[in-house]
This record gives sequence, structure tokens and C-alpha cells, in this order.
Amino acid sequence: MPDATGLELIAQELRDRRADGVLEATYFRNQAALLIEPSFIREALELIRGRGYTFLASLHGVDYYPEEPRLGVHYEMLDMKEVDRIRLTLRVPTDAATVDSVVDMFPTANHQERETYDMFGVVFEGHPDMRRILMPEDYEGHPLRRDFPVGGEPVLFTHNEPRQPGWWK
Amino acid sequence: MSIEQRPTVPTIDYREMEKSVELSSIAHEENEELLTLNMGPHHPATHGVLRLLCTLEGEIVRDIKPIIGYVHTGIEKICEDKKYWGVVNAVDRMDYLSYYFNEMAYCGAVETLIDLEIPQRAQYLRVIHLELNRIMSHLVWLGTSALDLGAMSMFFYCFRDREEIVDLFEMSSGQRMHPRYIQPGGVFEDIPLGFAEKLRGFCKRMPTRVDEFEELLDRNEIVLQRLRNVGVVDEQTLLDLGVTGPLLRAAGNPWDLRKAHPYSSYDHFDFRIPVGTIGDNYDRYRVRMQEMRESVRIIEQALEGLPEGPWVAANRKYVLPPRHELATSMEALIHHFKLVTEGFRPPPGEVYYAIEQPRGELGCFVRSDGSSKPARLHMRDPSFVNLQALRPMVKDLYVADLIATLAMLDPVLGGIDR
Repeated sequence: MPDATGLELIAQELRDRRADGVLEATYFRNQAALLIEPSFIREALELIRGRGYTFLASLHGVDYYPEEPRLGVHYEMLDMKEVDRIRLTLRVPTDAATVDSVVDMFPTANHQERETYDMFGVVFEGHPDMRRILMPEDYEGHPLRRDFPVGGEPVLFTHNEPRQPGWWK
Repeated sequence: MSIEQRPTVPTIDYREMEKSVELSSIAHEENEELLTLNMGPHHPATHGVLRLLCTLEGEIVRDIKPIIGYVHTGIEKICEDKKYWGVVNAVDRMDYLSYYFNEMAYCGAVETLIDLEIPQRAQYLRVIHLELNRIMSHLVWLGTSALDLGAMSMFFYCFRDREEIVDLFEMSSGQRMHPRYIQPGGVFEDIPLGFAEKLRGFCKRMPTRVDEFEELLDRNEIVLQRLRNVGVVDEQTLLDLGVTGPLLRAAGNPWDLRKAHPYSSYDHFDFRIPVGTIGDNYDRYRVRMQEMRESVRIIEQALEGLPEGPWVAANRKYVLPPRHELATSMEALIHHFKLVTEGFRPPPGEVYYAIEQPRGELGCFVRSDGSSKPARLHMRDPSFVNLQALRPMVKDLYVADLIATLAMLDPVLGGIDR
């Protein structure tokens, strides 16, 4: 992990590129994280990649309910030479949940962006194949959102099938 | 109708085809048509409920699309509804071949979150079980992969040795699978009497067993045909696709988190990282075989140097007090009650903790909002990410090579779908 000073230096470098590009820099338990303005993410990732963090280890979504903007996307970047990690995050509201896709920069993001879309409903613009990946194609809702209830779906067995006529429709 | 009267079918000169090395290169209209073939989700060679949509030209795979989600159980969602203690049982069931690693990644993330120091003995016990689990996972891989390639006896030998390992797991934790042995703060229980003895015997036998496996496979022409120079992908493509673990090491990149960023005292042990040269199926096979030997070495060292002391942290805010204290100490009883009913509350924050799993980097992301349940838990499972490398690996190969390559990719569907 870059230390707190190193993180500030990286944040400053990003701010030089765009003044309002970095919204927040947090340093918690020796892990560095930068909150990036959503429209700036591709540029920021490119710059971070130029600093040696070339490997996108993980891309995942987070729901910050009840805080606003609710949905977050995290990019865990890894520098394999210095063995150093930095996390870039962004936050988007649920009614305008669109983020630029990074699949062309990091092909590994393909499945992971699809998973984030599937679970949180964040649409990645420019993704070659923006479909659900884990849930069924006709599924409604995004199950990992915090306001999505656990359970609540009737479980179908052979014995209770007649009690739910037309369930297949 | 006599033969002469039949409608003319374009004939293939089989002699000509036999002479040619590249069967697919003969221009013939029967070969030009692309066929979409569905494999799975229930297919013995997919190692789980993986569905592959293959586009074939003759017998050559031109395109492939993995379709996943058939064993999606929503464990990440279930974890958000459990206390930090209870989550261990849930994450166990993600990748069902490497449960100790799931526990370790999760517990490591939580321990980073609450900044908890782990006793040395617990770290060593963790290493012993993690490495045993690595051997077990590789044995299942070897048995099922060899089965795919037609070597049925391998399956029995590998599962015979796997049985010894799960017996050891049963001895130390009471469970053969999904043991919930590693817990936040240390391990669940010290190793019982006789465990060390049995483990020493296993460590003595295992390297010879690996030699025997290699003798069975190494000169098997059928296996070699499917492994040598098949499914070659260069290192940079793998890195772009986020591939880690034995697949990346087979391509010559010695990236291993146990060495690069040691956790749980891995820096105390002397072991080597096997790497391949060109990154074909044979290298992947070789790397994993050598990894088993190295794991045995780590276990031997950890068992030899196993320090005395507690096996779980003494911080009562996070770890249950020992049972005998409950009868005598009011304070211990209060701590026990608070932990069991309410659980502990880590400070708000976000943590990503990565370890080296048998298949690559297993990262656990935990977000705490200050309550006693994790607000978000995400597992970056290596199988899920590595599966994307299947397409560049099998492009323009025979279907038979596809089966071998998929076996060498070693996907575990429980980890992919979570």
C-alpha cells in the first residue's frame, strides 16, 4: 500500500489532471482508497496504470444505502512489481447509475462488470455484452441492493405445484 | 435405387485427407458450415454445472461462450444478514474445494478491519490446514482431469490420498468439508492428540505418491497428446485477463501472494515457486504437481516449528472466552453473552484482503458500517476471473483438446457462481 503521504501525492497528481476529479482520499488500516468523480474514472485508471498499478485485481459493486449517492463501484488496482495496492472507488445515484466501461483497458473487467450490473443495476456504457451473468435472464430486480429483501420468493416443490397454478407464465 | 441414380454428393478424398496434417485446411463445403453446439450444464467434463456454447467448424472450436449461474446461491447476500461470527459458515460453502482458503480470506479481512493480532501458533495451524487443503484441491483436480483424459485409475488413487487429508480435517475440526476451523482471532481448536503423528506420516508418504502419479501419467501418450503444446496463452494476455495462480505461473510469471505479500507467517517457511516455460497444458499440469511437493515441505516446516501458546487471540471483545471461565468469572460470562447474542462491532471502514488460493488470488472485500453484520461482503474468486481465459486458450483447438484444457483450467463452479 502507498503510505498516507504517497496517497496524497497520487491524489494531487489526479487533481492536476482535473481539479474536481478526486472527491476524497481515505487511508484506513494501511489501505489506500480514492473516491473519484464518476466521469473521470477512465482517465484516473489510465493515470494510475501509468504509475505501475497495471493489474485490475477486482471490480465489485457496493450499496451504501441509506447514504447518497447510493451505489459504488470499486476498482482494486495492484502493482505487481512493488507489491502495492490502491483502491479507486466511485459513487453514482440509483436513478442515473451509468459508469463508463473499462473492458477495453482491462479485459478482465468483462465478467466482473456484468456481475456488478446483475447484482446492483449499475450499467457500464461501452461494455460489449451488458447482460445478466449469474441471475436468470428474465429476473427482475438487483438482488444485492440493500433494499432487496432476503427470501420472500415462494419455493416450488412438486407437492405445492398445484397450489400455484400458472407459475411458469 | 442404384448407387448411380443417387443425387451427387460432393465426395471427400479420404486418402488425401489422411496425407494432410491439417485436416481442417482442406477446402470442402462440408467443413465450411459453422455448428453451434451446447455443452452442459450437466456434462461430466465440465467439473460442475458449467454450460459452454461452442461454435464449431468441423471439429475445431472457433468460439466459445461460458454460461454460468446455475449454482448461484446468493451467499454474498446471505452474509449481509449474519453476524461476523456466522459469516464464516456461509463463506465456507463458496468454493467447495478450498474451504479453508475462503475462511482465511474472510477472517483476514475481518482481522484487518478490527486490527487484531493473531497468536503465532494460530498462524502456523492456519498454514498447516491451508496447505493440506491446497494438496486436497490439487488431488481432486488431478483425479478428475485424468478421468477426463481417460485415465480412470488416477481418480481412485487421488481420492484415496484425498481421503487421508479429509480424515485429518475431521480430526482437527470435526468436519470433513466446510469445517469452520479458522475463525476471527485464530482457529477454533488446538490440534488434538495424535494429529501431529498422523500428519507426519502423511507428509512422508505424499511426495512418493506424487512421484507415482507422475509415473502413471508422464509417459502416457494419450495424456501427452492432449497436454503438450496445447492451449498456449502468453503471459501478457493472461495478465490482461486477470488470471492468477498456477495458470499464470505456468506461463513463466512467478507471481504468488505467499511469497510476494506474505500473510499468516508464510515468510517463516522455505519453499519454492514452480514456474512453467511456455504456458501450455503440460506446464499447468507440471506446476500443480510440483506445488503439491512444495506444500508438503511447508507443512513439515510448520509442524516442526509449531510454537507453543494460545491458538486464539485473547481479546475478549472479539473472541469467545474459554469454556471453563464461564463458571467462575462474571466478566467472561458477560463477554460470552454479548458475543453470542449481538456479536462484535468493527469500526466503519472498507478492507480488501487477498490470499493465494489453489487457483489464484482470492480476495475478500468487507465493508463495515459499524453494526454487527457486514454491510457488504464480496469474494473475488479466482475461478470466476480465470474462466475468461478459456476462450483464448481453446480457440482453434479440437473439441477433445477443449476438454483437456478446461480440466487444466480447473474451474470450481461453487466459486464461480457463489
